[in-house]
Amino acid sequence: MSDIASDAVNTPAPGGLSSAGPRAVVRLAAPWIALAVAFSILPTIFTSESALTMLSMMGIMIVFALSYNMLLGETGLLSFGHAVYYGLGGFLAVHAMNTVIHDALPVPLVVIPLVGGFSGLLFGIIFGSVSTRRAGTVFAMISLGLGELVASSSLILRGFFGGEEGVSTNRTKLLHLFGLNFGPQIQVYYLIAGWCLLCMAAMYALTRTPFGRMCNAVRENPERVQFVGYNPRTLRLIAFSLAGLFAGIAGALAAINFELVNSAEVGAGQSGVVLLAAYIGGIGSFMGPVIGAILVTWLEVMLSDVTDVWQLYFGLLFIGMVMFAPNGIAGLLMMHAPLWQAREYGSMLRLALAYLVALVPALVLLVGLILVIEMTYHLSVKASEGTTISVFHVALDAASKIPWVAAAVLVLGGFWLFRLTWPVVGNAWHDALAHADGRAK
Amino acid sequence: MTAPAVELIDLHKNFGATQIIRGVSLAVSAGERHAIIGPNGAGKSTLFNLISGRLTPTSGTVQLNGEDVTGLPPHQINRRGLSRSFQVTNIFPRLSVWENVRCAVLWSLGHKYTFWRGIEELADVRERTETILEAVELIGRRRVQAGVLTYAEQRALEIGITIAGGAGIMLLDEPSAGMSVAEAARAVALIRKVSEGRTLIMIEHDMGVVFDLADRISVLVYGQIIASDVPARIKQDGAVQAAYLGAAP
Repeated sequence: MSDIASDAVNTPAPGGLSSAGPRAVVRLAAPWIALAVAFSILPTIFTSESALTMLSMMGIMIVFALSYNMLLGETGLLSFGHAVYYGLGGFLAVHAMNTVIHDALPVPLVVIPLVGGFSGLLFGIIFGSVSTRRAGTVFAMISLGLGELVASSSLILRGFFGGEEGVSTNRTKLLHLFGLNFGPQIQVYYLIAGWCLLCMAAMYALTRTPFGRMCNAVRENPERVQFVGYNPRTLRLIAFSLAGLFAGIAGALAAINFELVNSAEVGAGQSGVVLLAAYIGGIGSFMGPVIGAILVTWLEVMLSDVTDVWQLYFGLLFIGMVMFAPNGIAGLLMMHAPLWQAREYGSMLRLALAYLVALVPALVLLVGLILVIEMTYHLSVKASEGTTISVFHVALDAASKIPWVAAAVLVLGGFWLFRLTWPVVGNAWHDALAHADGRAK
Repeated sequence: MTAPAVELIDLHKNFGATQIIRGVSLAVSAGERHAIIGPNGAGKSTLFNLISGRLTPTSGTVQLNGEDVTGLPPHQINRRGLSRSFQVTNIFPRLSVWENVRCAVLWSLGHKYTFWRGIEELADVRERTETILEAVELIGRRRVQAGVLTYAEQRALEIGITIAGGAGIMLLDEPSAGMSVAEAARAVALIRKVSEGRTLIMIEHDMGVVFDLADRISVLVYGQIIASDVPARIKQDGAVQAAYLGAAP
């Protein structure tokens, strides 16, 4: 969908101006300069060590999720084993760092992600040549099998994977350039931000090349692609290898950030997280996986602090997105683009109010659900710790009836009110669209 | 004498025990407009699939301009100068009309798997795409998603994709099927225009279209060509009338 939108802007009228003028260059570079500025000033807003760590993790996840979207969103390849290239990139980066330290080689830390990238590319070519012969279910199954293969060998080849505890390193012992030792998190943040920006720009540029556009064509109709001269397997293999390259860079950045890589990094769990991030953000547009990566990283860090069953909420979020917003958060935002383009600010304000009206019962429903989940979890799994729990800083006795009744009232009442208020949103939406259409004519 | 543009030699295709194509030999010379007609189930589309590489023949040979291409995959055959359209519209439904045609011009202009140059800066691609869209009269619809075009427009886009690579040999599978009389007339005019100077083989049920366009006609019945001649003689052929045009027994 976004492709169409962008083409409407970029397809010149017959006999029109070529797109290669200096103004076009400025227009092309402007968002990237803005992003670079944003990356530079973020640490002055979020100054705490934990916030810097989270920002670093977000940068890593953005690269990883975008690399995944080269497969799923751009080329239509559903992979269940993308962490293989992320994890192997991380392991080879860690071993490279340890070799550099051991032999005192003149290699600075900033180039270590290249090691991860080359590893990801190499394994992408090797495993890709096996798995990209077919798309669809066959590809998905092979990716799952390869993921399991590497994950299980990570527990056998202890010399390389370091067994249960993994392989650790020390990022401060490499060659120091310009007095940077990468001890403080802020320096690591800037290293990750720089690589993240570079990778984002490269992956965006790739979507706008003949190869990138043919990947879209292969996603849409692989058979037709053959009859315009292209081999769909070759297109898939190149896409797969390049996705491996960027996943490897992300893995190396993670290795630098945590100074540790263990076998979980190549496992199915990590492959699942990147799938969720890309999907929740939205695989139909370039910014979707970026949004997803930021949200998922934030949820992972914040939710795991407040609840033990954060993965359950995570799963519920994913199910909710698949069912009600299959185009992800970016897709939801893009739905409003026609209103914005038609300058329907009045309608948008009314729509926002309608959203607020429906949001209140939705939140009530959510609080009720959280109560049920937390009390159930506490009674069943943590029964030994007593029945008193704290939800939203309120102490409750999960064994007494009152919190259960309250939870039931919240869930049922919230659901009922939500059903009542949802048509308000629907009406506001249709009114807004009708206005926008009217204005367009 | 130059080799025929397309030459089929004793072509067979079996699906299990069922023989669909039973020894077809046919030579179509360069620049000829050749129509293949025949009743439903005669094997016309299968024949196209064999020529274009979608299916591999059980036995026999397919030659393009004297070169044996039997058993090559479709993209290899396409690169040797043969393109085709499909009976059931086969486009990129979620890409724009512009992108549909652009995908089809890239390979022949030598851009192949290029991932180091922006597609918007390729002037040759833009110009060729524009020319093709003008030829099939879809230039005004270039920003529309291909899946929402009308049926006749999708058929025109299908022809646009087929001619976009500049292939010397075109196979068109029922280009006017499902069209109204007026739409079919426009389709014929379009095909006449775009097949100028190329070799055209078409499957067509509309006898008006066939006799209007074709230099020669082959009649395919139960996997065999029973007649291959100029339109005037095909009309008078007793075997054709009995087998195809439905003469009384």
